[in-house]
Amino acid sequence: MKPAKLVDLAKTIRSKNAGTDKITFDIIFNDKEAYERVKASGRLTKETVAKLYNISVDRICDFVEFDPAMAIKFTIYRNRPSGSPGERDIFGCQQYPPLYDIEIP
Amino acid sequence: MKKQLRILCPNGALGFGMTKRESFEIGKATFPDFYCADSGSDDIGPAPLGSDQSSSMYEWQRHDLELMLLASREQGVPMIVGSAGDTGTNSRVDLYVQIIKDLAKAHKLPKFRLAYFYSEVSKDYLRRKMNEGVVVEGLDGRGPLKPADLERTDRIVAVAGVHPYIKALEMGADVIIGGRSSDCAVFAAPAIKEGFPEHLAYYLGKVLECASFCAEPYGAKESVIGTITHEDVKVTAMHPNQRCTIASVAGHAMYERSNPFYEYVAGGMLDMTECVYEQYDEKTCRITGPKFVPAEGKIKVKLEGAGKVGEKYIGIAGIRDPYTIKNIDKVIELARAQVEAMAAGRPYFLDFKVFGKNGVLGDMEPVKETKSHELCVVVEGIAATSEFAEQVTSMATRQLFYARLPEVKGTAGTASYVVDEMLRATPAYEWTINHVIEVDDPLELFEVHMIEV
Repeated sequence: MKPAKLVDLAKTIRSKNAGTDKITFDIIFNDKEAYERVKASGRLTKETVAKLYNISVDRICDFVEFDPAMAIKFTIYRNRPSGSPGERDIFGCQQYPPLYDIEIP
Repeated sequence: MKKQLRILCPNGALGFGMTKRESFEIGKATFPDFYCADSGSDDIGPAPLGSDQSSSMYEWQRHDLELMLLASREQGVPMIVGSAGDTGTNSRVDLYVQIIKDLAKAHKLPKFRLAYFYSEVSKDYLRRKMNEGVVVEGLDGRGPLKPADLERTDRIVAVAGVHPYIKALEMGADVIIGGRSSDCAVFAAPAIKEGFPEHLAYYLGKVLECASFCAEPYGAKESVIGTITHEDVKVTAMHPNQRCTIASVAGHAMYERSNPFYEYVAGGMLDMTECVYEQYDEKTCRITGPKFVPAEGKIKVKLEGAGKVGEKYIGIAGIRDPYTIKNIDKVIELARAQVEAMAAGRPYFLDFKVFGKNGVLGDMEPVKETKSHELCVVVEGIAATSEFAEQVTSMATRQLFYARLPEVKGTAGTASYVVDEMLRATPAYEWTINHVIEVDDPLELFEVHMIEV
């Protein structure tokens, strides 16, 4: 199969605060084939995501595949709670775009 | 015993954006048993809690409460609003109670019973508990609460579960205004009070809390109705163009939470691992299979606290010179050094956000090469006094203007200003508490008051 970018396979890619100390990322698909393909690819894992964002793996506190919604979801600890001095994204909602370019074979 | 209970949720964050009328009226015409909405969030950052202000507009809060109150009084069914005024502090509960009184007067509503409860917890109470040896456990990777973190906190709210709401309903409340609460408790409480199973009641709350966010296509502030029976939960979109589908409802289970399977409330945990979603009719999704695991031992109540860090100013500088752009890190380093020299040991916080480079993601930005032909630098300066915060911010922003690297040919100023002043921001606050405390009685932190309006 021709390699594709995650942005072309997923229906929704988003990030958002999950409480005051975490940001959660959702990658949601609307077709089962694409969902299974990404799951099986090994390109979207705790390790690849940590590398992409230049953070240590232990900052990722959850990484789940959620079949009822055909979604892959992971959550990271913030460096400091939301809205603290130095804040760049109070709602955590613009942290997802780097995921777009993940290449899926 | 009732066979089913129907709850209308008009808005996922009451007051934050105005409730849309059309879908509300459609839902109202079906005569729901309750009108419930959550009005709070910790999404808005620590400043509203710390400074005890709403982030929502007063007119919008009044508008949304008016819609609910008039429908509830006209149809003689209860109305419940939790986490009043974004933060659920005492002053926000008082504000909502006053709005309800004003509306009742303005519309000459017949007498009704209004219950309200506060959620604030005093520092004295926590200090006393900690002195008695109670460990205030940290959430989300935080350690136990330290006395120093308690001392730098300005305001604390406890997050109520269903208990004060059930109590208020048992006391005969027609309208309930709650302090800070778990979003889902606002909806679960009436269902539990009416004898429906806890696991379905909490799921009902979970799915209704954000109103039309559980429907598709996307459209906020539209009404949805949740129906609970003794076997299942069904959720139906009221807007003519929206539907609750398996994908939209399951998708919503993930929203704003670190894990789609577990939801913790005061009193236990909702386990959604085995949830089964079915398309019931065109606009309705049916859910079965959630489980509720009651807390073992004492009930743990979540605490949220915010403390002031200092006064804050923002400076803005635009940069177009290609050489300055290329050397922006060096320019910032020079500016930092100048501020440090000026401060001469006085404490301050200074941050540069370089939009066009990594303004949004900071160190997490994977794109390392800056290709922009212009940058916007947002300077954030924080200090104990507003005078010094302004000085710090001003000095840093001015240095971007005076950054005369030898190769720069423009010698009259190296930054463009939208305004030649530092902008005063709301003081800087920090989430100092995200913890839980054990209580003997879940009502111990939430005393319920009843008045006649």
